[in-house]
Amino acid sequence: MPHALTTSPVYIVGAAETPLGKVTDQSEFSMVGLAAREALGEAGLGFRDVDALFTNYMGEEGSVQLGEYLGIRPRYAESSDMGGASFEFFVHHAMAAIAAGRCEVALIGYASRQRSRRNRKRSATALDGSLSAQFETPYGIHFPIGHYALSAARYMHQYGARLEHLAEIAVAARQWAMLNPKAWSRDPLTIDDVMASPMLSDPLRKLDCCLVTDGGGVVVVTGRDRARNAAKRPIRVLGAGESHVQWHVAQCPDLTVTPGLASGRDAFAMAGIQPGDVDVFEPYDNFTHSVLLYLEDLGFCKKGEAGDFVAEGRLRPGGSLPSMTSGGGLSYCHPGALGILLLIEAVRQLRGEAGDRQVRDAEIAVAHGTGGLAFSTASTVVLGRD
Amino acid sequence: MAPVALLFLPLPLWCLAVTDKPNYSDLGAADPTTEPFWQACAEGRLIVQRCTACGAHQFYPRPFCLACEGTTLSWVECRGTGTIYSLTTMRLPVDPQLPPPYLLALVDLDEGPRLLTNIEAATAAIGDRVRVAWRQRDGLPPLPIFVPLRQP
Ligand SMILES: [Zn+2]
Repeated sequence: MPHALTTSPVYIVGAAETPLGKVTDQSEFSMVGLAAREALGEAGLGFRDVDALFTNYMGEEGSVQLGEYLGIRPRYAESSDMGGASFEFFVHHAMAAIAAGRCEVALIGYASRQRSRRNRKRSATALDGSLSAQFETPYGIHFPIGHYALSAARYMHQYGARLEHLAEIAVAARQWAMLNPKAWSRDPLTIDDVMASPMLSDPLRKLDCCLVTDGGGVVVVTGRDRARNAAKRPIRVLGAGESHVQWHVAQCPDLTVTPGLASGRDAFAMAGIQPGDVDVFEPYDNFTHSVLLYLEDLGFCKKGEAGDFVAEGRLRPGGSLPSMTSGGGLSYCHPGALGILLLIEAVRQLRGEAGDRQVRDAEIAVAHGTGGLAFSTASTVVLGRD
Repeated sequence: MAPVALLFLPLPLWCLAVTDKPNYSDLGAADPTTEPFWQACAEGRLIVQRCTACGAHQFYPRPFCLACEGTTLSWVECRGTGTIYSLTTMRLPVDPQLPPPYLLALVDLDEGPRLLTNIEAATAAIGDRVRVAWRQRDGLPPLPIFVPLRQP
């Protein structure tokens, strides 16, 4: 029986990146504004049609600030902070709100200039009485590399994954980036290059970590009626799921498992698909080992076997599970919250407009976001050609 | 306005003994629920909560038991020994007081709770047994860290 949320179909009808890389001639709000115009234009819609607004990282009461800037007074709004995965959460929430008749046209977007502003914080220092200030900050844990390094170290210890397995993720991402003219890093990269890059927090080296760039994007979600005017092929939201676990790294019972286990299970069940049905996988590659954990948690392979699964170049161009096809956070763009760009790339692949990096006959794509500190949050969105 | 006015009253001498003991919540180094933990640290004792109903240990403290949702918990002193669950050598500068490289670890106490901590040693490995030690801090309660536990 189809899931209740899928009986009245919901689509992504517009998708656009903001300027990427290093952006010195726009503000975050103007970046979102321009991307919103472009995405709405693809849908045959305008700002006046938007009645639901979802954003994160646009300041306090972010949707209020963005709504004012865009001239939008939504009847449904959200600026939940689910970290970089917020935008997959938002597709899930927009899907439910549209299916329930609470809104018709949802605009989901954000932009960041973290590279230009150099405001990426490493660690909280204030004695603010918070649990983080008491039990994490005094030990010098780097945000976010230290959190993820503790996960990577445990994963390698527990399952025997090797540094070559981690490096393969960076190489696969780079090979895709070399096919994407918008990617930040496009020089050839080998496993040896990754393993020779400076160690930052064992076992994570510089090239195991995502980029720090400016960027952002917008997607527009609507129901079947409003999707009819779309200039480009509407992409159906087949399923979505979400979850979150710990904030403090010591509160995580098992650092080798992510909340993607739950979000993936729910999203795949709603879509009625199996991992084997996925043609394109867009994982949130903040760190190389993260992708190994997602592959296991989403059921592409068994627990502990992702290293061998990727070792045959399976994720690279020409591989059997094309993944990080934009070049990902590792080589294309990481504006602090990659989730929006995962959705945009998945839409482009399913529309068949991905140029040199197009995956042939892509029918089903999965955008899998993560956020917070060492896999705090996860949300999975399954997209398909109608 | 009464509480403000009270500040200007001369304090009796016996108050000095009480104010001698800093309130770490006021410094932002604790909150009202963790104050007992940091006060114990100041005495060189590592304590965690234990549920009187189901016996589960938990940390950080909460006014209820995560295991059974009971509300009767007490503080108990730990043996101070544990096992390294995960470990990384931090090579990036994070805190001027902690020049890299240094060992950052998650330690599973023998009682159960997991702590983020530093290991003070040249090297260590996941699975190593460790015991608590104390890092003195200016104006703040001593910080529990861990050192290798030498086998007898
Ligand atoms: Zn209990």
